[in-house]
Amino acid sequence: MNRTTKAAAALLTAVLAAACAQGSATRETAAEDGKVTLRYFTFSAAPDHVADLDSIVAAFEQQNPRIDVVVETAPFADYFTKLQTSIAGNTAPDTFELNYENFVTYADAGSLLDLDTAATGDDDYQPGVYAAESLKSFNHGGKQLALPASFSTVVLFYNKALFDAAGLPAPTADWTWADEQAAAAKLTDKKKGVYGDFQPVQFFEFYKTLKQAGGEFLSADGKKTTFDSPAGVKAATWLVDKVGSVMPTEAEIGGTADYDTNLFKSGKLAMWHNGIWQFAGMADAPFDWDVVVEPGDQTKASAVFHNAVAASATTKHPAEAWAWSRFLTSSQIMATTRIKNSWELPPVSDQSVLAGYLDAATKPANRQAVFDSLKSIALPPVIARQQEMQDTMTEELSNAAAGRKSVQQALTDAAAKIDGLLG
Amino acid sequence: MTRTKASIRLRYAGTVALFLLPSAIPLALFTLVPMAGSLWTSLHEWNLITPMRWVGLDNYVELLGEERTRAAFGHTLYFIAGYLPLVYAGGFGLALLLNRAMRGRNVLRAIYFLPVVSSWVVVALMWKWLLNPASGIVNQLLALVGLDGPGWWTDPDWAMPSIILASAWKDLGFVMVILLAGLQAIPQEYRDAAKVDGATGFKSFRHITFPLLSPATFFVVVISLINGFQVFDQVHVMTGGGPAGASQVVVEQVYDLTFRYGRAGAASALSWLLFVVILLVTLVQIRAQRRWVNYG
Repeated sequence: MNRTTKAAAALLTAVLAAACAQGSATRETAAEDGKVTLRYFTFSAAPDHVADLDSIVAAFEQQNPRIDVVVETAPFADYFTKLQTSIAGNTAPDTFELNYENFVTYADAGSLLDLDTAATGDDDYQPGVYAAESLKSFNHGGKQLALPASFSTVVLFYNKALFDAAGLPAPTADWTWADEQAAAAKLTDKKKGVYGDFQPVQFFEFYKTLKQAGGEFLSADGKKTTFDSPAGVKAATWLVDKVGSVMPTEAEIGGTADYDTNLFKSGKLAMWHNGIWQFAGMADAPFDWDVVVEPGDQTKASAVFHNAVAASATTKHPAEAWAWSRFLTSSQIMATTRIKNSWELPPVSDQSVLAGYLDAATKPANRQAVFDSLKSIALPPVIARQQEMQDTMTEELSNAAAGRKSVQQALTDAAAKIDGLLG
Repeated sequence: MTRTKASIRLRYAGTVALFLLPSAIPLALFTLVPMAGSLWTSLHEWNLITPMRWVGLDNYVELLGEERTRAAFGHTLYFIAGYLPLVYAGGFGLALLLNRAMRGRNVLRAIYFLPVVSSWVVVALMWKWLLNPASGIVNQLLALVGLDGPGWWTDPDWAMPSIILASAWKDLGFVMVILLAGLQAIPQEYRDAAKVDGATGFKSFRHITFPLLSPATFFVVVISLINGFQVFDQVHVMTGGGPAGASQVVVEQVYDLTFRYGRAGAASALSWLLFVVILLVTLVQIRAQRRWVNYG
């Protein structure tokens, strides 16, 4: 009996010890040959630009043979869940990408390394290489907590072949919603599975079209929503009315991943509201296509997305994290790689670097539209409870799109809920 | 030295403790300690990345005032109202069918039990595919007979029925096995005696089978209700709580609060609210069973 007890106790201890050893999630980052392994987590590289990022990494490692950069990617939809969980679990990547909307949350939480401190001793660093406004966007409470890495805009893609076949003039920079609507109706041919237009019914499209309709999402002091207005109804109606008329319904899409991308690529979508990060993936589409600045209503307004690279406050390698962050956001090879491969644009101050973007041999021809779209931009509203606001807006717009609520009712309900989040 | 009574009792207690240890330790480590942790968390504001901040009962007060909470409980009750009758009726029917002497009975029993031991992710993905309004086989079959199938999980009005269907299908086998065991425990003499007294067919079912099956029914209902309140995997995989939040059940809300909205404190509080609801419902059932469950 006594022996059994001891044996059982010993066994149990062994099992528990093994379980604990298994469960330990800390990763060993120091390689045996004195090399430092630096992790970088990103959402914007996969799937089209992993090789481009790898070439930037290779150039960095050549200059810094002591540092081994390990890239980890996640799709945007899962990215922030993973990042948040890894920070909570003390397994945060040394360096990671952040978008402007989420930057404030992580900065407030104290999760980001103060890069000014990390840069001490780096005599080569010149803040002037960054576009001043870009750099300022990621300065929080007087501290530089991230470096601007890229920016991108949303434009109107159009299938020139479909326009030509229908005898319609191609979209121009002067187009308004009415022009888009008329063309979309004419180009939709459901029997052939051809749709005139695709614009997702969600938060990001709404705040932008709201601005196009002459409205504002929040009051100037940010304490109240102001989208439950005639302009808001007009914008939401513009989005919702496309569903089922010139654009496929949710049932027709059937949850297919990248449905719109594939629809456009297969030549069955005439107009497509999407970001310039799609250029590379569409380069080899077997028909003529181009882009223009999105049509407006009362005014033009284009969405701009701004991403940055930050380092974890808990990284064991702050100097290496700084070196990589700086290289990734300001090196010459980064700028040329981004431009040559039609990735998101580098936020550099030297405009001559960007000029190369216009000379690219690949489609689209009208790359000037990308820079034109920056002349009138709509920035997303940013609040502390960002994700809840975005989900609420999308949910209520979906209710309207599904015909469960009138557009007016959906906006009134969304406004009441989001006002509750602002408090 | 002679063995005293006390030392024998002590040794006996030691033996009991030893045998309980293998289940007590995991229970403490993976259930009781996390429960205490979540109760503690529920009294704080915590976004997983900043230190916790004490807020007392604020999370509970806030949740009770939020429309989202009411909607989540409403959707969960909707799920239970559809799932429970369906899974019980289906499982009962199968049990009656497979309780009879027939060829291939054991093979059929095994087949109906297969979904129970399958992974929820696999089953949910399979149903998502079957019910896909664009390319799924269900709508294609409906089209063959001239019916225009609904949008299933892409339609806010059909999302919950889709989830209910998948859930009932997966759990049918479990209900069947329990009720089958209950059916087989009914002594043949009772039926024979009833037959002598002239009760056959439905009468025999109504007065013999059903009352004597009540302990098994009680067990199935309690377990199914608890499972119903905790429904998550199939919702998360099939709809993620959508579209338009139409299938946002309580546990999906707990997930979103933690991992999407950085409100782990509120999520813990919601878990405790759910725990209290399940506890109350189960207590009511245990009380009520005295009136209808027959252990005779």
